[in-house]
Amino acid sequence: MSKQKIIVVGNGMVGHKFIENMIEHPDYDQYEVVTFSEEPRLAYDRVQLSYYFAGKTVDELMLTSPDYYDENGVRFIVSDKVVNIDHANKKVVTESGREESYDKLILATGSYPFVPPIPGKDQEHCLVYRTIEDLEGMTASAKVSKVGVVVGGGLLGLEAANALKNLGLETHVVEFAPRLMAVQLDEGGGQLLRSKIEELGVSVHTEKNTTEIVAGETCRYRMNFADGSHIETDMILFSAGIRPQDELARQFDIEIGPRGGIVIDNYCQTSAKDVYAIGECALWDGKIFGLVAPGYNMAKVAVSHITGGGLAFEGADMSTKLKLLGVDVASIGDAQARTPGCLSYTYADGHAGVYKRLVVSADNKKVIGAVLVGDVEAYGNLLQMMLGDIEIPGSPEALILPSIDGAAPALGVDALPDSAQICSCHDVTKGDIFEAVKGGCTDLAGIKSCTKAVTGCGGCAAMTTQVMNAALTEMGVEVDDSLCEHFSYTRQEIFDIIRVKGIKSFDELLESYGQGRGCEICKPAIGSMLATHWNEYVLDDKHIGLQDTNDVFLANMQRDGTYSVVPRIAGGEITPEQLIVLGEVGRDFGLYTKITGGQRIDFFGAQLHELPPIWERLVEAGFETGHAYGKSLRTVKSCVGSTWCRYGMLDSVSMAVNLEMRYKGLRSPHKLKMAVSGCTRECAEAQGKDVGVIATDKGWNLYLCGNGGMKPRHADLFAQDLDDETLLKYIDRFLMFYCRTADKLQRTSVWMDNLEGGLEYLHEVIVEDKLGICEELEADMQRVIDTYECEWKKTLNSPERLKRFAHFINSDLTDDNLAYVEMRGQAKGRIATDEERQKQAKGVEIETVELV
Amino acid sequence: MSEWKDICKLTDLAANTGVCALHNGEQVAIFLDGKEQKVHAISNFDPIGKANVLSRGIIGDIKGRLVVASPLYKQHFCLETGECLEEPENSVKAYQVRVEGDVVQLQA
Ligand code: SRM
Ligand SMILES: Cc1cc2nc3c(=O)[nH]c(=O)nc-3n(C[C@H](O)[C@H](O)[C@H](O)COP(=O)(O)OP(=O)(O)OC[C@H]3O[C@@H](n4cnc5c(N)ncnc54)[C@H](O)[C@@H]3O)c2cc1C
Ligand code: SF4
Ligand code: FES
Repeated sequence: MSKQKIIVVGNGMVGHKFIENMIEHPDYDQYEVVTFSEEPRLAYDRVQLSYYFAGKTVDELMLTSPDYYDENGVRFIVSDKVVNIDHANKKVVTESGREESYDKLILATGSYPFVPPIPGKDQEHCLVYRTIEDLEGMTASAKVSKVGVVVGGGLLGLEAANALKNLGLETHVVEFAPRLMAVQLDEGGGQLLRSKIEELGVSVHTEKNTTEIVAGETCRYRMNFADGSHIETDMILFSAGIRPQDELARQFDIEIGPRGGIVIDNYCQTSAKDVYAIGECALWDGKIFGLVAPGYNMAKVAVSHITGGGLAFEGADMSTKLKLLGVDVASIGDAQARTPGCLSYTYADGHAGVYKRLVVSADNKKVIGAVLVGDVEAYGNLLQMMLGDIEIPGSPEALILPSIDGAAPALGVDALPDSAQICSCHDVTKGDIFEAVKGGCTDLAGIKSCTKAVTGCGGCAAMTTQVMNAALTEMGVEVDDSLCEHFSYTRQEIFDIIRVKGIKSFDELLESYGQGRGCEICKPAIGSMLATHWNEYVLDDKHIGLQDTNDVFLANMQRDGTYSVVPRIAGGEITPEQLIVLGEVGRDFGLYTKITGGQRIDFFGAQLHELPPIWERLVEAGFETGHAYGKSLRTVKSCVGSTWCRYGMLDSVSMAVNLEMRYKGLRSPHKLKMAVSGCTRECAEAQGKDVGVIATDKGWNLYLCGNGGMKPRHADLFAQDLDDETLLKYIDRFLMFYCRTADKLQRTSVWMDNLEGGLEYLHEVIVEDKLGICEELEADMQRVIDTYECEWKKTLNSPERLKRFAHFINSDLTDDNLAYVEMRGQAKGRIATDEERQKQAKGVEIETVELV
Repeated sequence: MSEWKDICKLTDLAANTGVCALHNGEQVAIFLDGKEQKVHAISNFDPIGKANVLSRGIIGDIKGRLVVASPLYKQHFCLETGECLEEPENSVKAYQVRVEGDVVQLQA
């Protein structure tokens, strides 16, 4: 039997998906596939198109490759458009004159951008946004333009506006309708989105009907509007909607809808025999689907129908959640409340910039739609309720109201979908952990052995524990949140005990409130709390046994047992003389030297006995410990700010140095990072820090609880336009409140995500002093600030302590297990494998590979 | 009769911490348990982290057993037997140790 020949016209996202599904079909060997593309390349990811401006290359956007098609026997012809369909003889003809016969024909021609018929629209620098070539055109045009206008304030238009803004243009959005994203949002949502986007510096002009594009006075063009107003711009980008690419069907007698689109049935068949249409060119039940997921579904259905399967296309949900210009927006189901008799609930918080509308059925029992702007956390939940036709538990408004005291807070890990990857070393998802817990693994050790989570780099331990606890809670098991087997109290309770009872040592606490001797979990945690509250020397006799090795030797232990040395470089500011000293120290002690991600310098490979002489040199030159080892303030990153930068609004370096000097040495539940940027360009990445400060023309904006690391979280804007004094006051209160109430090893981000009442509550405590503790928090902080001492300086003055800085207590020899190779000009390059290291350490010659 | 070798003064050990001694060419981690004022000694080499670091771990008790947690990856080693609680196949050697007067001694 000869093979059936399938022609796919259009190699876009959906056409390619069809081919991929064919290739994966068990009967693929009975088919032959040929595809034509009008574009000069095979399918690429149009959905991610905008990432091209963020640096993604064309190669990275490609969804397939000639090799993949070759390997699977798919013939492909690019840069050649199909211009003729001959149903009777079952063949197609291309622009270049190529003829090809088919048994089945798949039209996957997608859509094209609609450009309104405005006089002047066909000039240079009047562009659209759909293909890679379009983007290249935009980039070229942006180079010779200062101002850009996007015509169309829909989803794609706003994405295009973001692109123009990133290309450095003064950006405007012109919309015909009275609001942005008129299809997906209601009035209130559109309004809020508009104000948020305007805050970002994009001007929005609604209810503007462009009548003509003529030569401009200050810019290349002037757009005149029907209401008599106008705007000047150098380039224009049309994003006024899409139209199905149904040209072939139109010309060759295949049924199309009254307003375009190739009519298909539930099996994606068109009115012509053996001709299918899928993707954005297809019209099903009077609807065109402008999203990729329904297209993919159609591809699956068409493959199934051709190969004798029974799948049918049954429509698609058009709910969407996305970030536009950094603003979270989501729309679910009947967002505009068009269903007869339906009811709506709205919640708006002007301060936080949140708008939510919930649309429910007439009987008040089912979710049928929603609009969310600024806070889309409820999206997954609401969507599931709508799709699953689930009855609303309790009162509907609770679904969109923020959790205030008492109500269940939206917990950090609860918000994650089951598919969220928790352990990246072993690809363990939240769902896997839940399953393991249900299967009887109810402690971390059990989870480790049955899922392998936490057994790689170990970085996911905290999150794995949180997920495990969430699973236990869900099963109704009471989660034991005591510190460890020695203390049946939470960290917060212990902190209160220390404070209220005035306890000053671990032994005192253990005697009255604990049992046994303690362990590596409770000791450092309690050591840290004692330090936060009393700020005594951490190497004091009664505290030294509590400290992790890093704190004992005031340096970070490396994998071979040597240490790293990180002096404080407040705000990243350093004099040339200090740099020279650092260079000399690195050279004289033969240390591997690296600039850290925190704007300072790290020396690696120091042995215990080398630490004191290294620090003697550093202290002499005026350096202090950088606490890179402690759960304490690490760095305050700064941008250059108003001292040099032409955009700087305030002196960010001085503020950063000021903050770093103020909070250095504060021991906290986990490490703390801060940053100060001189303007909204945010070169210091302050919104990724526990405390972020950004200068405005009216003062400082304070952001809290951001985090990079394992699970990045942007900081929340907490207060605006503060003067120096208020800024410090709020940070004092915030830090102390965190130190008192967080769990052990809990970053501010996780703490915030678990804080009942969230940001609003924090605002009440810190700004409104709802708990009446602000004075106390400030006083506690002041005590820490007043009692600061550089731990290294103090240690150098204590012969008793210095005795510990030797590898052996009874010999001057050093560890014979250390070995290095020269690497990129530094003597102390690490040897990759432990075997090699041990061989060399023991004096066996090993082969070294030259790095060129 | 077994012989004992002087290693260091008892005052060289801070309560609930460890030091490392060189003993017959081997690295030995010696700890002082503050609660009972008793010394314990096991190998200084962490077979999991593959480095000579055990003397620099935090000591404590886990389900009643006196242990040190490796400063590298936190596995627990029993101070009395050298057994690794998490991975018994990675246990380490334990040494005989005592205090004579104010001197810490290891069995030769
Ligand atoms: C040296 C440095 C990497 C570098 O070469 O650039 C570094 C090195 C270490 N990081 Fe880091 N981190 C360094 C910047 C960062 C940054 C970037 C930043 O600060 O801007 C991050 C992400 C930002 C953040 O923390 O929000 C970062 C996220 C982490 C994390 C994950 C924290 C989290 O919340 O998920 C850990 C693990 C932890 O602390 O539990 C970590 C832990 C570590 C430790 C301490 C691991 C360890 O226990 O041995 C590394 C040893 C440092 C040493 O021996 O000196 N490091 N680490 C950077 C030191 C900056 C400094 O000057 O102090
Ligand atoms: C900037 C941008 C952002 C988007 N963001 C999202 C998003 O976030 N989420 C989402 O779901 N969707 C998004 N979309 C929509 C999504 O890209 C489309 O739904 C999807 O690409 C449709 O796939 P398709 O194969 O039907 O059409 P296309 O991908 O357009 O492919 C059709 C192909 O057929 C070719 N062709 C047409 N006629 C012929 C002919 N006669 N002969 C030969 N070749 C022909 C065309 O040149 C084209 O290459 C976005 C689109 C754009 C432009
Ligand atoms: S954040 Fe602003 S002030 Fe600071 S360096 Fe960047 S552009 Fe300049
Ligand atoms: S062990 Fe889980 S992320 Fe590495």
